[in-house]
Amino acid sequence: MKTKPTALKSLDVLSLILLAIATYLALVFAPTEKVMGEVQRVFYFHVATAWVGLLGFVAAGVTGVIYLKTQNLKWDLIEEAAVEISLVFFFIAIVLGSIWARPIWNTWWTWDPRLTSASIVELIYLAYLMLRQGIDDPDRRARFGAVYTLVGAISVPITFLSIRMFRTIHPIVIGTQGGTQEKIGMTGDMKIAFFFALFTFTVIFIDLFWNRIRLGQLEQKVEQLKLKVME
Amino acid sequence: MIRVKKLVKRFGLKTVLRGMDFSVENGEFVALIGPNGAGKSTFLRILASLTRPSMGSVSVAGFSLPKEAADVRRKLGVVSHQPLLYVDLTAAENLKFYGRMYNLPDVDTRIIEVLEMVGLTKRRDDLVRTYSRGMQQRLAIGRAVLHDPSVMLFDEPYTGLDQDASAMLDDVLRTVAARGRTVVMTSHDLARTEDLATRFDVLSRGKIAASATHKDFGSGNLLNFYKNVLEEGKKQ
Amino acid sequence: MKKKNSYLRAIGAIAWKDLAAELRSRELLSAMLVFSLLVILIFNFALELDAKTRNSVTAGVLWVTFVFAGTLGLNRSMAIEKDRGCLDGLLLAPVDRSAIYFGKAISNLAFMFIVEIIILPAYSFLYNINLFQPGLLFVIFLGSIGYTAVGTLLSAMSVQTRTRDVMLPILLFPVIVPVLIAAVKASGGYLQKLPFDQILPWINLLIVYDIIFIAISFMVFDYVVEE
Repeated sequence: MKTKPTALKSLDVLSLILLAIATYLALVFAPTEKVMGEVQRVFYFHVATAWVGLLGFVAAGVTGVIYLKTQNLKWDLIEEAAVEISLVFFFIAIVLGSIWARPIWNTWWTWDPRLTSASIVELIYLAYLMLRQGIDDPDRRARFGAVYTLVGAISVPITFLSIRMFRTIHPIVIGTQGGTQEKIGMTGDMKIAFFFALFTFTVIFIDLFWNRIRLGQLEQKVEQLKLKVME
Repeated sequence: MIRVKKLVKRFGLKTVLRGMDFSVENGEFVALIGPNGAGKSTFLRILASLTRPSMGSVSVAGFSLPKEAADVRRKLGVVSHQPLLYVDLTAAENLKFYGRMYNLPDVDTRIIEVLEMVGLTKRRDDLVRTYSRGMQQRLAIGRAVLHDPSVMLFDEPYTGLDQDASAMLDDVLRTVAARGRTVVMTSHDLARTEDLATRFDVLSRGKIAASATHKDFGSGNLLNFYKNVLEEGKKQ
Repeated sequence: MKKKNSYLRAIGAIAWKDLAAELRSRELLSAMLVFSLLVILIFNFALELDAKTRNSVTAGVLWVTFVFAGTLGLNRSMAIEKDRGCLDGLLLAPVDRSAIYFGKAISNLAFMFIVEIIILPAYSFLYNINLFQPGLLFVIFLGSIGYTAVGTLLSAMSVQTRTRDVMLPILLFPVIVPVLIAAVKASGGYLQKLPFDQILPWINLLIVYDIIFIAISFMVFDYVVEE
């Protein structure tokens, strides 16, 4: 408990090495896309970070349900970890998406279903963190948190669907209908960079998740010791 | 009527009740006394099925908690320091509402009976907003006995009442709420508690530290008894 | 059978109690109504609601008004239960907790409808638009159900937090985006006399959302009120 487990340490190092390789592949190895130019390189990390955000989103929803079933605070800790990671990575994904959109569509922001849904997830998670802050009793905090992630996890897909319907009924001027990345004709080397980035960020996700859960456990330990001293 | 074995209640990492054993026989009036933060309110909330126990077994009126909570609730009346009344409804409407919540047959006759018992018949159609604190508390007792429960819980019923109102409440508690029922009560008002209860349990550090009846310490000495128990607790 | 009866009786009792108290004090309804009129007034100057733009923005203005006024009502209705410990009184009754949810949801919905029924003719009168079309009323009906279904659940959570006055809209708005989009689109469709097959998908979406969130709230309400 006190020192970091070796497995986690090695995973930390592995994540860094993988990230370095993925950066190399995305920025140097992959050929420049013909239509969009250099800015298209953002795409590899954009999709990968969004993927991690999505992983965290699903993990939070699932652990929320498990918590409500088991009432074991361990799951609350995992849920909070998932939310925090998802919050950060969706944010990176949104920023990278904007950087990409600027030269391609001549605007920082488009109300694309994916981008909009991701920002609504961000708002839901900020609300989630504020909700937790306003509650002192740890059990109640965990229960409310779990209920809210569950409500969020179910509403976001419906939100995505409704924004999509919004767009198909009113075609938009900028961007292309029915998504964007399908339009990119990926060559073999691009695919390598793309899938490697996905793999790398999945490993980073596991690494951060593990670290964050460990941090939570240590926090609990500190709290326990404090209570013992007070008695 | 009430059996509690090895009850543990935790809030997160903080343990409030630590393996508490407690039992009340039919018709007993037990007062729980103890310092702030000893877990009195938490314990009453567990008996009232409002809070779940973390560990241990609790049974009230022959039903175990939290599994058979609905059966327990039907047998249970609670008077707390908050009246649990709606100020924009009249006394009769408040009782009618709770009568429906308990699915009582023939609510109207029962309401007339109960209002008579707590002495509010004349003001049955006045808004609770216009009631004094003492009258609200009397109506709260009426609300608690509406479904004729066999177990009553009083949680600091004197909070916010002056001497006169407290004396009047004493009367109603004794004649209406406690008669023929099993009662568990918490209060800081030791003098009143001594008059009302038949047994006194001191709750300290999440456990029953001592239990005594009038016989054990003689009249007027509850305060001494209580102090002694707490002193001994500190030595350990 | 008896159990079902007592369940329905409890739901009815809670809704009746809220309406009876509210018809007497009118605190909540008057606050919601005055607030709604103020929102419309502000929109009038902010958006220049002239005859040309009116048709396209009316649906949006109406829904924003309902949603804002709705949070006032939801907050107040739950605060009444929490402040004087009445929630404990409800929880002490031998009925399933979901009966409390449905009772509160029904009275909240009734408050929404009362406000809407007054705001719609007022808006029609001010802007010379006929809002009393069966289709539009149906959309408002469905949208209000979805809104109160989630709102009642979340308001039961928000009143139990330290920051409760600001918490409800922050929790509620991001998860009711689908209701808002669908309701605005469908209402706008009726106002602009679009063919029905363009409105239908939105109505379907509203129905799906209503069903899903009533079911979810029914399942999780226990966890929100019980300790």
